[in-house]
Amino acid sequence: MSGHASNYQPKSAFAKWFHARLPIMDMVQGQVLDFPTPKNLNYFYTFGGILAVMLVIQIITGVVLVMHYTPHVDMAFNSVEHIMRDVNSGWMLRYMHANGASMFFIAVYIHMFRGMYYGSYKAPREVLWMIGVLIYLVMMATAFMGYVLPWGQMSFWGAKVITSLFSAIPFVGDSLTTLLWGGYSVDNPTLNRFFSLHYLLPFVIAGLVVLHVWALHVVGNNNPTGVSVKSAQDTVPFSPYYTVKDAFAIVIFLMFYAAWVFFAPNYLGHAINYQEANPLVTPAHIVPEWYYLPFYAILRAIPDKLGGVIAMFGSILILFALPWLDTSKVRSGNYRPIFRQFFWLFVINCIILGFAGSGAPDNYFLSHEAAPPEQWALTYKLVGQICTAYYFAHFLVILPLIGLLETPKPLPASISDAVLAKSHPSTAHVPAE
Amino acid sequence: MSTAEHAETNRRDFLYIATGSVAAVGAALAAWPFINQMNPDASVLALASVEIDLAPIAEGQEITIKWRGNPVFIRHRLAAEIEAAGKVAMTDLKDPLARNANLPDADPATDANRVVGGKEQYLVMMGVCTHLGCVPIGNEGEFAVVEGNTKHGGWFCPCHGSMYDTAGRIRKGPAPENLHIPQYAYLSDSKIRIG
Amino acid sequence: MTILKTLAIAAAGLVLSLGAAQAEGQKTAKDISFSFEWPFGHFDRAQLQRGYKVYKEVCSNCHAMHQMSFRNLSQPGGPEFSDEQVKALAAGFQVKDGPNNDGDMFERPGLPSDRFPSPFANEQAARAANGGAYPPDLSLITKSRPGWYGTINQLINGIGGPQYVYSVLTGYTPDDQLTEELKKEQPEGKYHNPYFANGHWIGMPPPLSDDAVTFDDGTPSTVDQMARDVSAFLAWTAEPKMEERKRTGFMVLIFLGVLALLLYLTKKKVWANVH
Repeated sequence: MSGHASNYQPKSAFAKWFHARLPIMDMVQGQVLDFPTPKNLNYFYTFGGILAVMLVIQIITGVVLVMHYTPHVDMAFNSVEHIMRDVNSGWMLRYMHANGASMFFIAVYIHMFRGMYYGSYKAPREVLWMIGVLIYLVMMATAFMGYVLPWGQMSFWGAKVITSLFSAIPFVGDSLTTLLWGGYSVDNPTLNRFFSLHYLLPFVIAGLVVLHVWALHVVGNNNPTGVSVKSAQDTVPFSPYYTVKDAFAIVIFLMFYAAWVFFAPNYLGHAINYQEANPLVTPAHIVPEWYYLPFYAILRAIPDKLGGVIAMFGSILILFALPWLDTSKVRSGNYRPIFRQFFWLFVINCIILGFAGSGAPDNYFLSHEAAPPEQWALTYKLVGQICTAYYFAHFLVILPLIGLLETPKPLPASISDAVLAKSHPSTAHVPAE
Repeated sequence: MSTAEHAETNRRDFLYIATGSVAAVGAALAAWPFINQMNPDASVLALASVEIDLAPIAEGQEITIKWRGNPVFIRHRLAAEIEAAGKVAMTDLKDPLARNANLPDADPATDANRVVGGKEQYLVMMGVCTHLGCVPIGNEGEFAVVEGNTKHGGWFCPCHGSMYDTAGRIRKGPAPENLHIPQYAYLSDSKIRIG
Repeated sequence: MTILKTLAIAAAGLVLSLGAAQAEGQKTAKDISFSFEWPFGHFDRAQLQRGYKVYKEVCSNCHAMHQMSFRNLSQPGGPEFSDEQVKALAAGFQVKDGPNNDGDMFERPGLPSDRFPSPFANEQAARAANGGAYPPDLSLITKSRPGWYGTINQLINGIGGPQYVYSVLTGYTPDDQLTEELKKEQPEGKYHNPYFANGHWIGMPPPLSDDAVTFDDGTPSTVDQMARDVSAFLAWTAEPKMEERKRTGFMVLIFLGVLALLLYLTKKKVWANVH
């Protein structure tokens, strides 16, 4: 894969026999155990491992939940309550799966922001980054369809709103929406196909993760300095150094996860989803799950329906172009003082964008009071519009400009030098090229 | 190795072993709910027992009820059926065991062991042929008691021709065992609980 | 850390908890405390038994509870009636069964495995009998009705479902306190209740009055007491596994804490010589 030869020597007769037929131990030794990894990776780099664990947890809890769930509009809601009340540990499996999705997104956002800060999307890691964005897109589709399955009020109405968006597409919009629905509105055919696809896509994600790790191993990990690995001195074998560090980070994350599952299992969801879906009664406020709120804000920021759809998808698709939009030759934000400030502004902007998506568009921001329609007011909608403009400006204007105008700080000569300088600050290090 | 190194190694190894063991125990504890969720859930267990009133079953009549997903035959036997069952020698039986969940496994298949003492007229047994699971037809087969044109008791399985006598014991055909007697008990003179 | 970074991380903490905006006009529920709140809270058995009685004698005349079966009343973590009590309780109800051999549906005494019977055959019958308003199923009412909103508020105080029920039951505006203006806009057959989630006019007449139910344990049955007890009971019907959940959670966190400590020490040991 990465051209890194493994030291694996089959010991027993069985091991030799098997190795000649399927050299999997060789691959494990080379790609997992011995893999040379930069020795300066901080805890932000443990989120890849955390994500892998969350994917496995979601798949396992999902598979066991399916043993008890019925994907029919008349029975779905009751089957979920059956799981909560009668199935042995069913309540725990359900809460793990529902909160697991939120944990999955918390981890993926930290993972993505890490990549953006340290320039992990830059050459030669463009394909690695793009596979990651693809994984994120498939995750969003999976979570969207999964939320529909309990067939609560928010399940139904969220599905209705989002699938109706497709009718905005010119010419084919209505036919496409009818195709998606399998009927004239969200109903049983829709639920069944969402169930099928929700079961399928996580395995697509797993396949993409294999490609993602493969792409990573070909070029090697980035690191907080952004300086490439120069020699074996810069690295440590992945095991035991990072297996142990990842394990520790994973257990801390599991504690965070467990706190939600066992002590606030419904907080991240919507109370109204404990009412069975009613196609004739629309809830007062339709909102998606928290991890979609920034995109919901972008959707609502553009007055035109099609424009909103294009802006919403565009805000994710623009991530594919990131390696080329950022013109800086320096990777890591640690050595880019101007970029660093704009990075944090971008993070704050995304958070505000999330709040902007959480309330009724015409209410004052962070209030439940409606603003009078004629005058200027700081409404959820206006905040969403400002932040949407800033979001796109960050990628299309700020990043290209900073790269060209910024003077980066001098880079360390190597990873080893940077690590030594940290532990022995008196040692002067040679400024790099 | 010097003493200091030895002690250092021991402390390090102890830590690794401790961590590994705790992690392994945790994995086992975490795995159990995922396996246990496949065990019967509370709603299934709630239907695990059923109470039947025997009073409406007239002599010579039989009812079939569903219990744990399977049919259970409850037959109010005629005296002639009980007599016929009592006359059969143990050596004539294909399956010598009582197959009664309320008795020890090794008990022989006497008619007395197929019912509850004092209640010989009520035969309670699984309506599932012990060959491959079909539901036998009542008042049929060569081992029914014949009175004129009517057959009483005895069962015939239409799938492969197994025949059971008036105590539900296999006499002819490919079935290997007598029809099983489920766990049941009398709650009162005319009421039983199965399961 | 730069100021911006600090702000971002603080804001990130908030983003985990984006609550929906308040429903129009719903008055914030009265924040009474219940024994089952907070990580170490648990249900009060006697209260749940009293609450069941209130449900059975008052609420069940109009409100169904489809998710509950009689057997739930004896399972651990709830009112914990005995098996005999549950059997007797269930037998006191007539439950629809069938079809019999003639093809007809018939009624028979309830068994512990039966669900609670519904007062109406279907939603349409329920609406017809209640002036077009549907008395909602109460199985999940405390999980589906927030008593208050706010990101941090809900994280610390919960969503306030039981408090919502209590507030509605005790929050009716007495007739003599209705202003002239309100009296003029009062819709036919509706009552003024500022705590109701769907506007201030509720179709349900005040269901509780003092001494409406006689409690077996002798507790005085004031409206306030009955409202507290039935709200607690409804919190249990929505979450019968709450006590097990908190118990398991405590053990899981302790276990993971020990494992985290061991892994931390292991990590330190492994990394000791790297530099």
